[in-house]
Amino acid sequence: MSVEQIIFYVFAAMVLSSALFVVATKNLVHSIFLFFITLFSMAGLFVFALADFIALSQIVIYVGGVLVLMIFAFLLSNKQILDNPKPMRSRFLGIHHLPGIFVALVFFLVLIWTISLVDIGQLQWVKESQENTVKASDNTIHYIGINLMTRYLLPFEVVSVFLMMALIGAAHLARKERKV
Amino acid sequence: MIPLAHFMFVSAALFCIGIYAVLSKRNAIMILVGIELMLNAAILNLVTFSKHDKFEASGQVFALFAIILAAAAVAVSLAIILNVYKYYRTIDPTKIDNLRN
Repeated sequence: MSVEQIIFYVFAAMVLSSALFVVATKNLVHSIFLFFITLFSMAGLFVFALADFIALSQIVIYVGGVLVLMIFAFLLSNKQILDNPKPMRSRFLGIHHLPGIFVALVFFLVLIWTISLVDIGQLQWVKESQENTVKASDNTIHYIGINLMTRYLLPFEVVSVFLMMALIGAAHLARKERKV
Repeated sequence: MIPLAHFMFVSAALFCIGIYAVLSKRNAIMILVGIELMLNAAILNLVTFSKHDKFEASGQVFALFAIILAAAAVAVSLAIILNVYKYYRTIDPTKIDNLRN
């Protein structure tokens, strides 16, 4: 087992265990801060998929933008939003969690079954992509930049306009109502 | 070199954790976190297969688009959650059951 594989499995275990804690813990602030760890380890997994630019934008946008936005939304709003809506009678796993657990487990089994059926390493286009495979020494940002400005120019512009519209809309929704 | 299937196992597990959070949480912000987990699982799949698409890099480009759209979705939905909280004094989605009046 090489060092690369060990680090990959450490990152994967961090992603899955912190995601499990995020959904298992009752404390909202704890779960948000654990979500930090999940997103950082996801960036590590992106690096192992040889997508360093995506890993960086994951850190900048998700960790720097989305999570800080969530924490601001808590801290600037009322204190009661942090409390649970209603104290649950049941402890860790109550009866009302059972449908969710059941659906998630069944879906997980279906996904695992499908993935193991496909045998992805032997797919035709994966096997034919010897020239086209990213090596660890390649500069992927170069190709991303070229494609973003040629092939995906229209989606890029649409996404930028959409992002501006969404942020203006969010600021409009979240503003304080003027007292009449 | 890590096989592609291992990335997909991690992604499948993360997606199912997100489904559990969306289905069984009684708090709108935790549902939002579950949606983010599911989006991250999808982005991991895109990025994984983009390893075999060096010159077009379509997986990575669409992963970028997905990250941007997720950021926009979080901004808008947090604003909506705050407004809902101001109006109903709760963010339990099971209690919010009327559209207008």
